[in-house]
Amino acid sequence: MGDLIINVGPQHPSTHGVLHLVITLNGETVKKVEPHLGYIHRSIEKMCESLTYRQFIYVTSRMDYLSSHINNHACALVVEKGLQIEVPQRAQYIRVILDELTRLASHQLWWGAMAMDVGAITPFFHAFREREIINDIMEQTCGARLTMNFIVPGGCMYDLHPDFVKRVKDFIVFFKSKLSEYDEMVTNNPIFQARMQNVGSITKENAISYGCSGPVARAAGVVCDVRKLSPYDVYSQVEFTEAIEKEGDCFARYKVRMKEMNESMRIIEQLIDNIPEGEFQAKTKAVLKLPKGDFYSNVETARGDFGVYIISEGGTTPYRIKFRSPGFCNLSALDHMARGNKIGDLVAIMGSLDLVIPDIDR
Amino acid sequence: MLTSLVELTIVGIFVLTLFAVLGLVLVFMERKVSAYMQIRLGPNRVGYKGMAQTLADTIKLLVKEGLTPDGADKFLFNLAPFIVMIGAMLLMAPIPFAKNSQIWDLNIGVLYITAVSSISVIGILMAGWSSNNKYSLLGAMRSGAQIVSYELSAGLAIISIVILTGSLKISDIIASQETGWWLFKGHIPALISFVIFIIAVTAETNRAPFDMAEAESELTAGFHTEYSGMKFALFFLAEYVNIFIVCAIGATLFLGGWMPFHIGNWAGFNHLMDFIPSSIWFFGKTFFLIFVIMWFRWTFPRLRIDQLLNLEWKYLLPIGMFNLLLMTIIAIMGWHF
Amino acid sequence: MLQEKLLSICPTATFEENTQWPTINIESTEWRRLAEHLKNDPELAFDYLFCITGVDWKTHLTMVYHLSSTIHRHTIVVKAKIADRNNAAIESVYNIWATAELNEREAYDLFGINFTNHPDLRRLFLTDDWVGYPLRKDYEDPINMIKL
Repeated sequence: MGDLIINVGPQHPSTHGVLHLVITLNGETVKKVEPHLGYIHRSIEKMCESLTYRQFIYVTSRMDYLSSHINNHACALVVEKGLQIEVPQRAQYIRVILDELTRLASHQLWWGAMAMDVGAITPFFHAFREREIINDIMEQTCGARLTMNFIVPGGCMYDLHPDFVKRVKDFIVFFKSKLSEYDEMVTNNPIFQARMQNVGSITKENAISYGCSGPVARAAGVVCDVRKLSPYDVYSQVEFTEAIEKEGDCFARYKVRMKEMNESMRIIEQLIDNIPEGEFQAKTKAVLKLPKGDFYSNVETARGDFGVYIISEGGTTPYRIKFRSPGFCNLSALDHMARGNKIGDLVAIMGSLDLVIPDIDR
Repeated sequence: MLTSLVELTIVGIFVLTLFAVLGLVLVFMERKVSAYMQIRLGPNRVGYKGMAQTLADTIKLLVKEGLTPDGADKFLFNLAPFIVMIGAMLLMAPIPFAKNSQIWDLNIGVLYITAVSSISVIGILMAGWSSNNKYSLLGAMRSGAQIVSYELSAGLAIISIVILTGSLKISDIIASQETGWWLFKGHIPALISFVIFIIAVTAETNRAPFDMAEAESELTAGFHTEYSGMKFALFFLAEYVNIFIVCAIGATLFLGGWMPFHIGNWAGFNHLMDFIPSSIWFFGKTFFLIFVIMWFRWTFPRLRIDQLLNLEWKYLLPIGMFNLLLMTIIAIMGWHF
Repeated sequence: MLQEKLLSICPTATFEENTQWPTINIESTEWRRLAEHLKNDPELAFDYLFCITGVDWKTHLTMVYHLSSTIHRHTIVVKAKIADRNNAAIESVYNIWATAELNEREAYDLFGINFTNHPDLRRLFLTDDWVGYPLRKDYEDPINMIKL
């Protein structure tokens, strides 16, 4: 058979978003994968040039909508860095707890979608049942289930709901028992392991060269957790281990994310009982104006290293803003990972990369 | 002459009705079983607790426009679903639904079953080729390769029970299980045969975890991509009836068919078991096996096509052949119960 | 010290004061040479290119590269000035850092900067027949743009 060129997407049954891949096949083996992007390009960067520093945060929730708190956190951090605002302790604790809950929710959805891509359909429902609990907690405190818009420069928009601490503690207890169930159902399943092991491998040097970050890089052995390398808010005071694996294949990425879920729960457990009293938002001026210069801050989202780079000319709106999205660089490694594998493996690789296309297209 | 004609008509109507009712019941059962495993309710609005759902779906499929693609070979395209369905209907003949309720008790019953079940492959390949669509051709070839490979393992598992019985006739096989089902009497080799049979039969009917050929939804929906309306309904029903038939065969060979659960010579216990009608025994066993096969689908991820064929040729076939040898030794030496 | 080392590679470079990370300004013609040194020099070992940004300063364009080292854990920002707006060109570094391939396509798409020696320079987000470069400050689009 000669070379066959087929299209995957932009609409397809896996819940990744509008990703259009043009795959060149030789028989069953993939020769080249070319992503065609731009189906959900909203020119957020240009839009933010006419939004004030209080307004542009809300657009970033819509970028990587599964880690919306963490995206907002990055924007708040960069504005606080520019204006030298001191965030009160209570606000820092609340922000970190919400971040970790968001990471848990994102990884739960990833787990359900990954299992569904490989063919086991039932775990999807189990994952969503757990995710619903987090969504309900978020709804009670922040007012929304997906794009929360709760973190502002200076702290949080409102204080926590009185039921928040109790509900989070109940959820942690519930979810711990479920994680061992997940292991039984999916991780230790020989068919699942046969589908995921030695598929889509990437070496450590290639992972760094392609700019991969987050679980994709950690599975290849790269130490790159932003929470450890340049800690922000309360991360310097909590104890957690970074999940590193060596093989760099799909199963290693899977294991890294499962470990990260455990570590997130550990972080929440350390913080949830010790939230200090105090202000939940620092006093800031009504209209924020960053001084002239460049400011960069990055955070660890569920997908990797998300960075916000603002070039300011001293006005109320940024002169140029650039969002460094983790999915973009992870996607560029897809071609490298998929070559030489079968077409059935491509779905497993895409699932293990955990791509959210609005994050890539911005 | 007239009586045999009347008899033929009655049997024909019976088979068709059974076919239709089974299709309805099995599709509904699948949807409910999958729903309860996925913490949801499944169809529960149409009819009493959702039981008329499949009827509504069938009516919908009947009134749909049946498209034939442009470059398709019309004769083969129209013939393919009927071949698959005829294969399924022919297999109803040797299966005994209850005591003294067998349509045709021929003396080579088991051979007939294995032979006729191979005919459906022709229907699938016909469907894939005549659609004039390279993706359905690919899907059909993969399906064909899968079915043909797994028939070998299924055949070996069936033969091992025939060795224990000493006869290919289905009524003889059931009668020989009067002192206990072959699964228990044949102990280890029968257990191995049963496991191989269940795996092979799941692969033959293209069910998960072996449904790579039709679940590759990013490329193709398999060999029945181009079918719509009534012809698609025929493929769909034929798949579920095939599941019923292979489970019925498994129940007959390994679990005793309509024979109640007897233990050796315990006359009192056996007499008690005989009070439950034989049709309930048969349908109970068959539906239990169907439930197990449905359970597989909603629990396991899918195997890749090369892993699937690997499993058959490198693992199931050698184990099956060795098991056959073991079974022969046991049958000759009389080491079974 | 980092500054001396970089000055020895690129004598015409200037440094910015009071920035978050050491920032170096160079001309676009020196970028390729500096990039090779930054990657291959074992004391520098900048192997992680994590942000490529294009900026339009109305009189000229600038490419900003954020680089980091996973071995020494230091970070540097390189700003390469492209003087000519109408024929903006800079050398591609896709074979030094593989991440540059897709990122430079984005910069080409949105700013119109031509990356010489790039293997496959096409538009990324916008359709292939789009006219204009949206993120430039002088981009006019009466239909789609709303000026606040």
